[in-house]
Amino acid sequence: MGTSKNSAYAYQIVGGWDRLASLNTWGYPYVTGTSVIGIKYKDGILMTADMGGSYGSTLRYKSVERMKPVGKHSLLGASGEISDFQEILSYLDELILYDNMWDDGNSLGPKEVHNYLTRVMYNRRNKFNPLWNSLVLGGIKNGQKYLGTVNMIGVHFEDNHVATGFGNHLARPILRDEWHENLSFEEGVKLLEKCMRVLLYRDRSAVNKLQIAKITEEGVTLSKPYALKTFWQFSAFQNPTVGAEGSW
Amino acid sequence: MTKQQANWSPYDNNGGTCVAIAGANYCVIAADTRMSTGYSILTRDYSKICKLADKSVMASSGFQADVRALQKVLAARHLIYQHQHNKQMSCPAMAQLLSNTLYYKRFFPYYAFNVLGGLDNEGKGCVFTYDAVGSYERVGYSSQGSGFTLIMPFLDNQLKSPSPLLLPAKDAVTPLSEPEAIDLVKTCFASATERDIYTGDKLEIVVLNADGIRSEYMELRKD
Repeated sequence: MGTSKNSAYAYQIVGGWDRLASLNTWGYPYVTGTSVIGIKYKDGILMTADMGGSYGSTLRYKSVERMKPVGKHSLLGASGEISDFQEILSYLDELILYDNMWDDGNSLGPKEVHNYLTRVMYNRRNKFNPLWNSLVLGGIKNGQKYLGTVNMIGVHFEDNHVATGFGNHLARPILRDEWHENLSFEEGVKLLEKCMRVLLYRDRSAVNKLQIAKITEEGVTLSKPYALKTFWQFSAFQNPTVGAEGSW
Repeated sequence: MTKQQANWSPYDNNGGTCVAIAGANYCVIAADTRMSTGYSILTRDYSKICKLADKSVMASSGFQADVRALQKVLAARHLIYQHQHNKQMSCPAMAQLLSNTLYYKRFFPYYAFNVLGGLDNEGKGCVFTYDAVGSYERVGYSSQGSGFTLIMPFLDNQLKSPSPLLLPAKDAVTPLSEPEAIDLVKTCFASATERDIYTGDKLEIVVLNADGIRSEYMELRKD
């Protein structure tokens, strides 16, 4: 089982042969997704994420769906390690299954799912084996809209607009300025696209292939992947060397 | 082969400041509602105050996930206490429970800086102040969190507690009236907000007295 001090330590920390299978104990992610943005709007929640799966600085996967419906009332978006996101979806599958098996007409709402995810993330952090993700959980149940986030160490909160990773730095300021109650669907989409465009220009790991997801009382709609129009004809880019002869 | 360094930390500091002041027949507990990470604000509307029992209110700043977990543990223990003893926990009892809960994780601490406020069995205000591993004492007033270094000296100047070494023992609670204490708290936060980047947005004040419990809010600078 490996003689280096590191793997021995990993065995001690996680304790158990089944755990050795998930040896991401060293805590670095391999295939990652970048920002997810979520906002509340008039009829529910709008969420968006691009479809890139980066392997370090290589753009390895270009059709990764980083948003998935959960049960009847929720939508989960994830950034960070894609395999950990898939693991979380597996946990949620089981959670929803048991919820349905009660067959009592009751179903887990987004607040409950968010709480469950928070406990899972925090408990993994306590065992020094985190799920390397920042999650956005949005949904609507009985007219009550809910939008929350939780990250790999268990920090969680809900708000009218949330974002992960670079989105916190580039998108949240735009949302703080332009978000308001009762955005229409078209206004919401325009706002999200504005944020994603800024991320596309400035986030190295962003790709120009995104999906927007809508969750309302009627259910979840995931858009087909599409690309944003970008503008590069800024005069400073036209003749970049005009002020510096000999450079390139 | 060089020793592997950890590339993630199980802790983060989500900032914020808490204050509590004990009066003759009331207690004021206050905290800002800003939650930050690094140089970013995550949300401007997040409560750090938790009502643990009828007469015990805790305000905690530090690492938010640990603060929430701590609040959950204490709330659960209080529920069990109520089932077993058919009564609410007193504030001094809750104070001891909080200390023990913190020390339980002495070797992987809750990164939470707490002030516990409430009314003791005689109806007098009481404030207990803690470090991250459960060391605590009863005081007349206290502050914790990112702005505490700015607030504590000011409170010392305005409320100067008598030394606990005096004989006969002098009361630590402030002779200020309830409205005066609330005003003092508002002044503390307005000042701390000016210079501490992690303090601001909104102030939540909880007041406990013989009539019960009530909350008040005040806007703070958002920069």
